[in-house]
Amino acid sequence: MAQVTLRKIVKKYDEVLAVRGIDLDIVDKEFLVLVGPSGCGKSTTLRMIAGLEEISGGDIEIGGHVVNDVPPKDRDIAMVFQNYALYPHMNVYENMSFGLKLKKTPKDEIDRRVKQAAGILDITELLDRKPKQLSGGQRQRVAMGRAIVRDPKVFLFDEPLSNLDAKLRVQMRTEIKKVHQKVRTTTVYVTHDQIEAMTLADRVVVMNAGLIEQVGTPNDLYHSPATKFVAGFIGSPAMNFIPCQLEQAAGALSVRLSDKLSFPVPSDRTARYASHAGKANLVLGLRPEHIAETRPHTEANQHDFDMMIDVDEPMGMETLIYFTIGGADVCGRVNPNAGAMSGKAMKLRADLSNMHLIDDSTGKVL
Amino acid sequence: MANTAIAAGATARPLKYGSMSRDRRWALRWSYFFLVLFAIFFLMPPIYMLITSLKTSAEISAATNPWWIYNPTLENYIELLTQNHYLTFFRNSAIVSVCVVAVTMVISVIAAFALARMKFWGSATLATGVFLTYLIPETLLFIPLFKMFAWVNETFGIQLMNHWWTLIILYPTLTVPFCTWIMIGYFASIPKELDEAALIDGATWTQTLTKIFIPVALPGIIAATIFAFTVSWAQFLYPLAFTTSATELVLPVGIITTLIKGDVFNWGQIMTGALLGAAPPLVIYAFLMDYYIAGLTAGATKG
Amino acid sequence: MADIAARSPTVSMGDNRSSLHKLMQRKSTIAFLMALPLILLVLILVAYPAGYAVYLATLNKGMTRFVGFGNFEFLFGRETFWMVVYQSCLFAITAVIFKAIIGFVVAHFVHNIPSKGQRKWRGMLLVPWVIPPAMSTLAWLWLFDPSYSAINWILAHFGIAGIPWTGETDWARFSVILVNVWIGSPFFMIMYLAALKSVPEQLYEAASIDGATWWQRIWFVTLPMMRNIIAITALFSLIVTFANFDIVRVLTAGGPLNSTHIFGTWAFRVGIEGGDIPLGAAVSLFMVPILAVAATFILRDITKRGSEV
Repeated sequence: MAQVTLRKIVKKYDEVLAVRGIDLDIVDKEFLVLVGPSGCGKSTTLRMIAGLEEISGGDIEIGGHVVNDVPPKDRDIAMVFQNYALYPHMNVYENMSFGLKLKKTPKDEIDRRVKQAAGILDITELLDRKPKQLSGGQRQRVAMGRAIVRDPKVFLFDEPLSNLDAKLRVQMRTEIKKVHQKVRTTTVYVTHDQIEAMTLADRVVVMNAGLIEQVGTPNDLYHSPATKFVAGFIGSPAMNFIPCQLEQAAGALSVRLSDKLSFPVPSDRTARYASHAGKANLVLGLRPEHIAETRPHTEANQHDFDMMIDVDEPMGMETLIYFTIGGADVCGRVNPNAGAMSGKAMKLRADLSNMHLIDDSTGKVL
Repeated sequence: MANTAIAAGATARPLKYGSMSRDRRWALRWSYFFLVLFAIFFLMPPIYMLITSLKTSAEISAATNPWWIYNPTLENYIELLTQNHYLTFFRNSAIVSVCVVAVTMVISVIAAFALARMKFWGSATLATGVFLTYLIPETLLFIPLFKMFAWVNETFGIQLMNHWWTLIILYPTLTVPFCTWIMIGYFASIPKELDEAALIDGATWTQTLTKIFIPVALPGIIAATIFAFTVSWAQFLYPLAFTTSATELVLPVGIITTLIKGDVFNWGQIMTGALLGAAPPLVIYAFLMDYYIAGLTAGATKG
Repeated sequence: MADIAARSPTVSMGDNRSSLHKLMQRKSTIAFLMALPLILLVLILVAYPAGYAVYLATLNKGMTRFVGFGNFEFLFGRETFWMVVYQSCLFAITAVIFKAIIGFVVAHFVHNIPSKGQRKWRGMLLVPWVIPPAMSTLAWLWLFDPSYSAINWILAHFGIAGIPWTGETDWARFSVILVNVWIGSPFFMIMYLAALKSVPEQLYEAASIDGATWWQRIWFVTLPMMRNIIAITALFSLIVTFANFDIVRVLTAGGPLNSTHIFGTWAFRVGIEGGDIPLGAAVSLFMVPILAVAATFILRDITKRGSEV
């Protein structure tokens, strides 16, 4: 069993807290992604799991054993670095077998495992090349091969795709997912790219300023973010945040976005929001796909409104439109044939069934 | 420029290009001309060494054309290489230089690794201090060292004076600081992830040094080795001050003190001796020029 | 940090912490031990002698009595000393200036020719630097020989009378500088060539488009881009030239009439050959001020570059 448990992990650099008490349970065979903006502590957390950084407080368990004082080599982990960190003077075979050789693994066993890993990654014909002779994607594979060969309890990935160009990144993303499905090793993966996080993860951990904002499956995070930070971080284009007031009139709740614009709150949310009516600092969170062009058929919780479009960005399969409500920039996604044009008014439709109401003073989604 | 060319019409344009390339051709000719001039200036002494070394003493003292050899002979070489003294100097120089290189590289590679990667209290200050040490010249140190050696002899009864092996103790003061300094530079340029990867792979500090750092920084190590060798081979002041017996001398001092007897200069042999003495660094330079130059420029461009 | 924590293990946060600190302490201890040979070498054979020289300089000739500034007062009263001061400064400053100029010019010519041939030329022009100075100075000594001078032989063909290269004060001073320039300018050439190669080609193209002449390109693009390397090479060279020994010792041995002595050679003459160790130490100490100034500038440049990284 190779579950990883973090309990109240703290990391201090001099007097600065980089990680401020993290609790996390990583289940056996799980693919867990740590995501967040740079400086949020995600890499530090990963390096503490690896044993490359000393922990300033708390406990780390790997496979049920506290490993706080265990040196990296005895933690039974493997790590893939951002710049791959392949040994430049060794060929691919030697790179992959270095760790095993240091462990005094028998030669034929090393050979078997290197060949097997090379097979999984499709790099068998590169085994006698030097890293210098490899392309970015191939180096990436070798770095993964070096991890697989060691057959560790846990894989650690530190932004492994950020040095690749956009096209290769998508390809390698799929590759990593396939490899994980083959070898089924517990994986902790750090990235700043939320799309990478969403596509790869069984569960995503969103970190911000040294703390965990939310842990959940990609769909959980997308559809029910717990905080404004998560709501804004996950999804591209990002969720719209529009300052609003919650008004109660004749037993019905409505969100007022501006003098002219106000939408009734869906009936299944009334009970949840009722107590917040009249509060200051409320923000309506609505994803761009829930603002579209108007259509003849209206479903529950959909409301039409007229708006002046500032900018339109045709993407091919859809057109992004930008406009402002009460000073806030808002993005919507409309059908390319709906006739959206900069500087023209347009009839839009907001779908409030997936709305989020956020208390801006606490950052919590209500 | 472009405007005038267009205004002047199509006929002017090819002329313009022609003058441009003519300018460049002239610049090139001048460059070659001056380079040849400088090359003559720079290579004149070693060539003159070679010319003189191939002359008989009779021809040298005959005051004929000094730049021409009328009766080429190897007699100077034969005489010098069958003479015990010169071979002793050569041997002393060789042993001293090889030992100094070995001592230097062991001390400086290990220290540079510790200073570049295993930060400890005062390591940054020490790195700067090492560089400062490199700037202290031997002309400042030989007198106190002279006195210190006398004191060692009085106190411990160990005579350090007038032994060629004393130079093995002294020369590292000239080579170690600079070699440590450039090795720190080379080690610092190795990405941090590489030793972290080695750490995860289960390498100890020693293994990280021997299996990762030394192979990866090999060009730097070669450059530092060449530097240490040429410095110890060329050193003149320390052997002049600390060795006197003919059996203990190294090449530079040996040639000057034994081949010049009073006012009698045996120039044929002196030039032969100097040329043979200059040969090892020249041979190393000829084969490892790029490393040699890397070591030269590393001091000021790294760090 | 780790050291302090390790020294007071009782105040550490918990049981599992203290063993980790032991590990950390071990790592820094190992690192210190690895650097120890270097530290000992520097302390015993460089730092201590440097300090010891100051002490020695305050003793009398027999090293039996403390005389304070006696040796220095004695030096200030001697004409030879002031000549050595003058010659040391003249030698170092003139030589460094000419080395810098020749190095720069030659580097430019090498940079100008097609890159195919550059390696060959560079290789040839660095030869003076590679030959041990004591050996090449011997060749110069022979070229300058009073009766057989091969240079005078050439000059005679142009109707120029024989020059007493090492025999007359002014010519001897010129000769030691000439030899020093001959040995040292290839080093400048190599440094400047490396610097020239690091100036981006686009800058020259941009300057050409702005209508700069070749002279303006050197003045406004090359020199400012190389300023750092020029300064540090010159400072390095100033230290080495100021502390020179080999060339003067072999070429003139200080003569004629002590006129070409510099601090290093005169300290050797007085201290080792003359047997007055304290006086020799006092002489060599006069190198310290200029070395300290140059070293400060170099160090400032290096720490500045360090903080930029």
